[in-house]
Amino acid sequence: MITKEDVEYVAGLARLELTEEEKEEFAKTLGDILEYVQRLEDVDTGSVQTTAHILPLINVYREDEVEPSVDRERILANAPDTLNGCFRVPRVI
Amino acid sequence: MHYYMTASELAQRIKKKDVSAEETARSFIERIEELDGSIGSFITVEKDRALDTARDIDKKLRQGCELSPLAGIPIALKDNICTENIRTTCASKTLEDFVPSYSADVYERLEKAGCITLGKTNMDEFAMGSSTESSVFKVTRNPWDYSRIPGGSSGGSAAAVAAGMAAFALGTDTGGSVRQPAALCGMVGMKPTYGRVSRYGVVAFASSLDQVGPITRDVRDCALVLNHICGHDRRDSTSMNVAVPDFQQGLEEGIKGMRIGIPSEYFGEGIEQGVRDRVTDAIGVLEDLGAECEEVSLPHTPYALSVYYIISSAEASSNMGRYDGIRYGYRAKDYSDLLDMYIKTRSEGFGAVVKQRVMLGTYALSSGCYEAYYKKAQKVRTLIKADFDSVFEDYDLIVCPTSPFVAFRLGEKTDDPLENSLSDVYTIPANIAGLPALSVPCGFSEGLPVGLQFIGKPFAENTLLRAAYAYEQNTGFHTTHPQVKGGAMQ
Repeated sequence: MITKEDVEYVAGLARLELTEEEKEEFAKTLGDILEYVQRLEDVDTGSVQTTAHILPLINVYREDEVEPSVDRERILANAPDTLNGCFRVPRVI
Repeated sequence: MHYYMTASELAQRIKKKDVSAEETARSFIERIEELDGSIGSFITVEKDRALDTARDIDKKLRQGCELSPLAGIPIALKDNICTENIRTTCASKTLEDFVPSYSADVYERLEKAGCITLGKTNMDEFAMGSSTESSVFKVTRNPWDYSRIPGGSSGGSAAAVAAGMAAFALGTDTGGSVRQPAALCGMVGMKPTYGRVSRYGVVAFASSLDQVGPITRDVRDCALVLNHICGHDRRDSTSMNVAVPDFQQGLEEGIKGMRIGIPSEYFGEGIEQGVRDRVTDAIGVLEDLGAECEEVSLPHTPYALSVYYIISSAEASSNMGRYDGIRYGYRAKDYSDLLDMYIKTRSEGFGAVVKQRVMLGTYALSSGCYEAYYKKAQKVRTLIKADFDSVFEDYDLIVCPTSPFVAFRLGEKTDDPLENSLSDVYTIPANIAGLPALSVPCGFSEGLPVGLQFIGKPFAENTLLRAAYAYEQNTGFHTTHPQVKGGAMQ
């Protein structure tokens, strides 16, 4: 059971602002999905290890060498707002 | 009609100079202009760029340069594959104006091979969906019946190939998003082993499940495309440094003595009779060709959709965190401070399905829920993979349906996320276990294509291709094409 308060709490964590309509809708759909996935509780996983991904790879390193990257101007061209070669954000202090 | 020629056949015509690469590209662009107003496969068409590239290929041909077997082949790419200087939207308002400053590894490889990129195809927003209906830009229709969905999330790619608007296309497959639309549009679609194809430059949905794969007219083309997109890439830390075989090698060796497992769990409740019948027929064909088909069990199959829902949403909520309106993508116009900018940007930029997955994933990862949902799902993931490992001790591959039903009607299932996802119940397990899987056409039910799925051992794509090729060449369903028409839609 997912309440409207649960939805509001999770939306806050996810940095989302929902309309009253969306809150009601998500309370229902999230509730339905969470009820559906309850079936996992039937599976005995006492001594089972978790799988994060399936490859036999642990850490993948490369030499710590400086390499050319994408040009700064080209990266900044996609930014909504820039100033003096930097990303510009609203004042935080 | 050359629109329905395979990439291999088209390449021969270009190589022998029966037709130029430019004429080929121009004819496909005319085909798009004629048909795509009705079908809606493309978000972006790159006419001038395509013709320029084609002229380059022709010039090289005239100079006698040795060209790759894909030179001059007109292709389409799903719009979550970054293409330098070509808009890459993920069918989302968030990336509506995003023009990547670098290219995905797969795009670089295909460009180098001389492929002509015609454009970028429609998809579910950020690849979250199974019908392409969550795209914020347009509806894509199934070329076999315009009142039906093409499948998804790579629906634009599958419909483009099915309607002869591209020789082949690339999609991405997180829970079946290449194989399911390929099946519903009567095409061949493959998800290679996780780690086989670089994900560098492919916009992430669920990073431990995502894999790029081809949608082609036949199995030989599938092998041909794999030859060009597979291989280690140091820019993707999950790219495996393993040898890449010639995937066309051994294609014609047949399947005599091959041991095939038929999982009983894939024929249970929810499968349409017409699909069950076609797949049963197909198993009969495989036996006639000398394969030994036996019933097997993958007992944790009923939990796969739950595991997928939790893991993919958790990873999605994390991947979607980057859309904060600072470095690229949509930024809200009115906000009071930084936090308010994040919130408004994301709330205005994401569509309903993306919000729902982000909410679910955030919930599953939140303090107090993490153990019960996310960690539990990762443990059951281990058991699902163990089911496959156990079957593959005795069998070479697994055969089952790709989707439990044929293409459903537009709007039929958009309201119910669970019902929508049920079309992926047979494709999801291969993503959870990271296995290679391929869908090949196996006939029709109610006039709509049905897909047969082959699932193989890790990095054993060759075995899958050999079996699928033997089946395809002995049935020939891939030679039937939809009757497509242009003109404005009602």
